[in-house]
Amino acid sequence: MNSAPIGEIDLHAYVDGQLDAARRADVEAFLALHPEAAGEVQALRAQNQALHLGYDGILNEPVPLRLGQVLQRRRRPYGIAAGLAWLVCGLAIGWSAHGMGPQPAMRSFARQALAAHVLYTVEKRHPVEVPAEQEAHLVAWLSKRLDAPIRAPNLQPEGFALLGGRLLPGGSAPLAQLMYQSATGERLTLMVKRAGQVDETGFKVMEQNGTSVFYWIDRDYGYALSGSMDRSRLLAIARAVDAQLRH
Amino acid sequence: MSDFGDALALQIPRLRRYARALTHDAGWADDLVQDTLERALRRRWLFRLNGNLTAWLFTILYRLYLNEAARRRARFVDAADAELPEATATGDVALQLDIRRALAELSEEHRSVVVLVGLEQLSYQEAAEGLDVPLGTVMSRLARARQHLRALLSDKTAATSAHLTRVK
Repeated sequence: MNSAPIGEIDLHAYVDGQLDAARRADVEAFLALHPEAAGEVQALRAQNQALHLGYDGILNEPVPLRLGQVLQRRRRPYGIAAGLAWLVCGLAIGWSAHGMGPQPAMRSFARQALAAHVLYTVEKRHPVEVPAEQEAHLVAWLSKRLDAPIRAPNLQPEGFALLGGRLLPGGSAPLAQLMYQSATGERLTLMVKRAGQVDETGFKVMEQNGTSVFYWIDRDYGYALSGSMDRSRLLAIARAVDAQLRH
Repeated sequence: MSDFGDALALQIPRLRRYARALTHDAGWADDLVQDTLERALRRRWLFRLNGNLTAWLFTILYRLYLNEAARRRARFVDAADAELPEATATGDVALQLDIRRALAELSEEHRSVVVLVGLEQLSYQEAAEGLDVPLGTVMSRLARARQHLRALLSDKTAATSAHLTRVK
């Protein structure tokens, strides 16, 4: 081996996924020969897992109203302390929104779904499947917060188990995000929102950095299914979701 | 809400987790998140398109935290773990309390780097920018911080099991 010797910093960088492929291979070769270093790597991983255990619950807490309101306030520029600039700005936004159909709104919903997918599927820990009784509780809770009954589709036939769900503050109404995982660790998220009385749409697709989202409206609900996988496979799952949730 | 507002809204749960891991105080943490969102809206023109929004917001939140922490230190002594409950639980719940208490005992510098890299999974480069220190400092500080956290954590685990043995 001609490469630089492996030090403590390399072990940290290895655990944190900060090494390029060549250096990673060097570290792995080193670990195979040095059990004490391999033990150190285990201990570092255990510490990261303990951190997730300590704080991941916060991700699923309902967001306090005041935090969503911070963002809403800006949207109502004729509010209390608004300046003229905000008013003009608001009129411009209002005017540009005027005449736009539901399509731009759906595209923005799809973009939100993609962003939320990337934000909340990065965790590499090993989450537990949601047990049946907890699933009922979760779905009831999300339905209450969305003020509309929702259902979690069963994607076992497609090879995905429900991992959990969370409520995210959306623009005008809250969004429910359900997360699924396959046996090999692939993640899917299904975003659901109340769409109001809008015409049904067919499947539409959007892609960003290797993650695709299929989105559609079925009566009162908008759905967006995101995943980093082959489009035809994701579409097949989207069809399965739609078939189960169709009223 | 604008697209930027929508993008910010989605970050709120991540911001809340980060703030709570820094402060261990739910009220203070949500104040920090609120101030961060307000500041981000005011300074949105500073955000580079295609930049990492999470990392940018974490940077804002961390600076707000440091200012407030300095103010609080001047007023109180050691109020950091005021809301941390006693360790009488078992299993995962016990470990959850242990890790929170151990993290709360770290210095601000150590705590922030462990949280950004170990929990929030930022790259070393992003952490360096967020903490406003050189990359090499992030790496050496991270190694020391994890060592210290491990020592604190093994003390706590030992204490918890000693407590359990006594109770039995």
